[in-house]
Amino acid sequence: MSLPVQAPVSPESQHELTALAGGWSADQQLWASGFLAGMAAARGHAAPASAPALKGTVLFGSQSGNGQGVAEALASAGADLGFELRAVNMADYAPARLAREELLFVVVSTHGEGDPPDDAADLWSSLADPTGPRLEQLRYAVLALGDSSYAHYCQTGRDFDERLAARGAQALVPRVECDLEYQEPAEAWRSQVLETLKEEFAPAAAPPRLRAVPASEAYTSARPFPALLEVNQKITGRDSSKDVRHLELSLDGSQIEWEPGDSLGVKIANPASIVDEVLEAADLDGDAVVRLADEETSLRQALTGEREITRLTRPVLERFSGQTDHPDLTAALADSSELAPFLFRHQVVDLLREYPLALDAQTLLDVLSPLAHRAYSIASDAQATGSSVHLTVARLTYEQFGRAHAGAASTSLADAAAGGEIPVFLDPNPRFRLPEDPATPVIMIGPGTGVAPFRAFVQRREAQGASGKNWLFFGDRQRHNDFLYQVDWLRWRKAGLLELDVAFSRDQEDKRYVQHVMAERGAEFYDWLESGAAVYVCGDASRMAPDVDQALTQLVQKHQARGAEAAAEYVQQLKRSGRYKRDVY
Amino acid sequence: MSDERKLSDVERIKTASRNLRGTLEESLTDDVTGAIAEDDTQLSKFHGIYQQDDRDIRAERRRQKLEPAYSFMIRARVPGGLCTPAQWLAMDRLARTHANGTLRLTTRQAFQFHGVIKSRLKATVAGINEALLDTLAACGDVNRNVMASPIAAQATAQREVARWADVLSEHLTPQTGAYHEIWLDGARLETDAAEAEPIYGATYLPRKFKMALVIPPINDVDIYTQDLGLIAIIEDGQLVGFNVSVGGGMGMAHGVRETYPMLGQLLGFITPDQAVAVSEAVVTTQRDFGDRSNRKHARLKYTIDDRGIDWFRAEVARRAGVTFAPPRSVTFTQRGDARGWLEDDEGHWHYGLFVENGRIGDTEHQQLLSGLRAVAEVHRGEFRLTGNQNVWIAGVAADQRPVIDDILKAHGIGTGVSGLRLNSMACVGFPTCGLAMAESERYLPELIDAIDEIMIRHGLDDEPIVLRMTGCPNGCARPYAAEIGLVGKSDNHYALFLGGDFEGQRLNRLYRASVAEAELLEILDQLLRQFASGRMGDERFGDFLVRSGVVAPVLHGSEIHEEAA
Ligand code: SRM
Ligand SMILES: Cc1cc2nc3c(=O)[nH]c(=O)nc-3n(C[C@H](O)[C@H](O)[C@H](O)COP(=O)(O)OP(=O)(O)OC[C@H]3O[C@@H](n4cnc5c(N)ncnc54)[C@H](O)[C@@H]3O)c2cc1C
Ligand SMILES: Cc1cc2nc3c(=O)[nH]c(=O)nc-3n(C[C@H](O)[C@H](O)[C@H](O)COP(=O)(O)O)c2cc1C
Ligand code: SF4
Repeated sequence: MSLPVQAPVSPESQHELTALAGGWSADQQLWASGFLAGMAAARGHAAPASAPALKGTVLFGSQSGNGQGVAEALASAGADLGFELRAVNMADYAPARLAREELLFVVVSTHGEGDPPDDAADLWSSLADPTGPRLEQLRYAVLALGDSSYAHYCQTGRDFDERLAARGAQALVPRVECDLEYQEPAEAWRSQVLETLKEEFAPAAAPPRLRAVPASEAYTSARPFPALLEVNQKITGRDSSKDVRHLELSLDGSQIEWEPGDSLGVKIANPASIVDEVLEAADLDGDAVVRLADEETSLRQALTGEREITRLTRPVLERFSGQTDHPDLTAALADSSELAPFLFRHQVVDLLREYPLALDAQTLLDVLSPLAHRAYSIASDAQATGSSVHLTVARLTYEQFGRAHAGAASTSLADAAAGGEIPVFLDPNPRFRLPEDPATPVIMIGPGTGVAPFRAFVQRREAQGASGKNWLFFGDRQRHNDFLYQVDWLRWRKAGLLELDVAFSRDQEDKRYVQHVMAERGAEFYDWLESGAAVYVCGDASRMAPDVDQALTQLVQKHQARGAEAAAEYVQQLKRSGRYKRDVY
Repeated sequence: MSDERKLSDVERIKTASRNLRGTLEESLTDDVTGAIAEDDTQLSKFHGIYQQDDRDIRAERRRQKLEPAYSFMIRARVPGGLCTPAQWLAMDRLARTHANGTLRLTTRQAFQFHGVIKSRLKATVAGINEALLDTLAACGDVNRNVMASPIAAQATAQREVARWADVLSEHLTPQTGAYHEIWLDGARLETDAAEAEPIYGATYLPRKFKMALVIPPINDVDIYTQDLGLIAIIEDGQLVGFNVSVGGGMGMAHGVRETYPMLGQLLGFITPDQAVAVSEAVVTTQRDFGDRSNRKHARLKYTIDDRGIDWFRAEVARRAGVTFAPPRSVTFTQRGDARGWLEDDEGHWHYGLFVENGRIGDTEHQQLLSGLRAVAEVHRGEFRLTGNQNVWIAGVAADQRPVIDDILKAHGIGTGVSGLRLNSMACVGFPTCGLAMAESERYLPELIDAIDEIMIRHGLDDEPIVLRMTGCPNGCARPYAAEIGLVGKSDNHYALFLGGDFEGQRLNRLYRASVAEAELLEILDQLLRQFASGRMGDERFGDFLVRSGVVAPVLHGSEIHEEAA
């Protein structure tokens, strides 16, 4: 083989290369060309395409990073096939560009009560405008992320799909909706998209590409890393009404690297107590033999390690309802505003108790869905704690239908003995990161376990010697019992690193929450915003986050003194510029 | 007078405090912590408030990454220990609503509240003031609660002495307006002129200062352990003057020979009209000559020991413009309180109520708190707190006695107490006292159970012996002036001191540096056996130990560290 005359390598190198590759098969030579192209790409040089590559944009609207991951994976898989796909955050995308796009992929989750993620809001409102331009030229595909326990399941994805179609764009493949365990359906969608692209648009001489997989992505919900539980310490006082745990897990040997703001996915077996309750409610013997992925096992074992036995989702309810046709269930399934509260109120065991059914062991197993992971905000920065990752886990307990209930994962974690292993994987959240510039002031609002990531934030800011000021709003029930990591915050305050404000709802007659303290400190809060502060909110999504959002808008309105509309715009602008970020659950 | 050495840190805080204000107001509103700022914890003492934490759960809280379980001890000053039923009811209510549900009578005739959380501090102090008691100067480097014998066979003598206790207490109370500003919501009762501290000056005293008045023959205020003791000389039922004793004190540190307890020495006799001037002169001399660089050497006892009693007498005489007459002779017979009903020379009845270690609460067997509340609701006389942590229900008309008796009985109060228990005291110790090294108040009752058994075995069933326990060598229950002194060393271990006298005129001596219960009981068993068989007449235990050579008498406090055996 002779190399082109204008080869950008020396004759000696050409010689070595010829000698090396001369004896290879055609397949091997083809692989090597990809390998080398990959090396070049890794250094930032794309292989010069022999024909202009098909260009497309993968837009993501993502709050906690799931969608971003999916979008980036599609872009990079597309590149492997020679398509030039760019993953772009919706917040960074000018809506006017839609008119010139030919190929568009939308990966978007749903938040709030069927609302778009913060970053998707602007694009969504411009798409919703009926006077906008027609998009006949556009082929698109939508991947919707959501959680079927919400009333408006994958609403934003559906809305995008509908609006694009209404503007005349043509779907390349049908919309796919993903529930909490989104990885598998998302991968299936990606393959389908890529297959269709290959069929409809011949790829530009596609060099196969080797891509280094970052180690942390190597562990997933399906293949978690067994982390050693080093510490399990209750950190609420002895008279607390809550049991919150500080866990320290060793990630030694995993090469998992995280950033403050990331969460840890935890896929832990269900507690025996809940398994027993489910067995009793279903009137089944735990020793019954069932088939699971072509292997025989006991029902108890399957329920413990392989099935989701607390949280209900629509598909589970559908399958269950299919066995009984109980009018309550059909009604809940028929009315989307009924469904979410129904799913929230009932755990699997409640369904079994309230709507008794003579299910056999295998059917029960088939009705239930695979065990899902839970996310927990990481409460430590690696720079401060080495390879051990800290979590702050509240044991979920509540009364419902006259009985005590517990959450599966939080119970297992709270009861886990130090020295054992906990299956985990990194659940990165690139949308919830400290400002790049350490001089930027940071305001953190994190009541309850919402404070967890902020411990990592302040650890990082301390390690960085960041010049930007830090301000934490914390709240819980009682200062004496529920002030999570009080000693840390007080230390940082004393060191002059942290401004600290607290609201304890049960320490005085009136209920007092973080939003009240924000209002009281409104003037200073606004000053901080004016000096460029970034605002972070973490914790309860159902009440806290909207209340805090409202308090923020109101304090801006009061101190900006330019009316409600200007305040709303101010807050919107904070979001757009990445200075108002939320990680709520 | 001025000293080249570096002033102690507390001196810096006092100086910067703007007459004890510091940043207390900010500390009180700081809602991220149950504590007050570090410097303020020194200043709050002048206001009668100690920051403490529940030591039982200190380690647990550390693991929980929570700050210690902070709460505050508040001490209410009760000059001479006299308090009205209305005041008692107010204290009782505050104990139940704002503190830990108990009232604590102290070894200085005062009330203490434990477990008051920061957010309730102001309301508690305000409540105490509404009852016309206060907490100012209950602690801190000032004159503390002025003690006075609460009971005497001659009623007039008791009244006279109580009046002088009040006068002296008032005269030596700090004038700072900070107290009213901070605790009584800015209502500044004092004028700016009063703000200057005429007696104390801007930095107050080098250390705490304690005074008491006693009516012989009952030494129920332990007069020789006081910085300043006024021993009432009663002739024909009338107060004719005082013998003045100075330089007593208890606090020391284990094995640190530079620290030691002292009993007071006599300056001489003065007439009542000289009492204020002499007391002020003692205070100002200590103010000017006390050691401000080393708080372990700052009490009056060291000032006098360093410069000599003659120098001190001359300085005080000069400042007060008096000449000391030779002291009159006095006799003391006991320190403990009597129990049960006692009639004075005017036909008033007084009920001596034993309160074990001063702790007034309700338990299954005995409802002291509720019982005394019920008494206070019907009682028309007064309550008199004693220096032995007990209380007199004083001034009861003869026909009211059955009413009181019934109430006490209904609450399980007034059952049998051995002579040992009656003459015992324990300081607070764990879990509130930050300085405790071993249990005290919570442990002494069961230890006495065990010693009582030994006493019975040796036929000493009702022998009164002064036994005092403290959780550390600071000596809050005056253990070095006891026949048996037990001073906390570490968990379950106590230094044992023996050979003090019954009346409070001789210190004891270290006998064993560290004993646990088993060894202690063995030692006591042996000594009590010897005592039972070898005592002469009604010789007291402490005197027996000295006479029989078990311990050599301590003639100067600094000898106390020298182990007896
Ligand atoms: C409540 C009381 C003991 C009791 O069981 O009744 C008490 C309790 C405390 N004393 Fe005392 N002392 C109490 C009478 C005494 C006495 C006896 C007396 O005054 O007749 C003494 C020995 C006499 C003396 O002063 O020499 C006494 C010598 C001390 C000392 C050592 C002083 C010294 O000069 O070395 C300290 C520690 C200190 O001041 O540094 C101390 C300190 C303390 C503190 C405040 C601990 C602290 O500084 O953090 C204790 C609070 C414990 C708690 O949780 O309540 N307490 N203290 C007494 C309150 C009296 C009052 O109403 O004012
Ligand atoms: C990004 C992210 C970060 C998170 N970070 C943290 C963290 O740092 N710390 C932390 O503790 N948690 C955190 N969570 C929440 C956590 O993932 C779990 O949801 C939580 O621990 C409960 O899981 P569980 O398995 O114990 O309960 P589950 O077994 O999942 O039970 C939950 C179910 O119980 C029912 N239920 C719950 N509450 C009630 C109620 N009051 N009344 C009636 N029914 C009810 C509902 O059906 C609900 O679906 C985070 C979540 C996300 C998404
Ligand atoms: C506070 C909150 C509200 C949510 N609301 C909805 C909803 O209304 N409908 C829905 O389908 N999913 C809802 N979800 C689920 C998310 O869409 C789902 O977790 C998704 O995987 C998140 O993807 P992202 O990380 O890309 O934002 C909600 C999640 C959170 C945390
Ligand atoms: S003697 Fe020591 S332990 Fe006891 S109350 Fe006083 S300071 Fe505390």
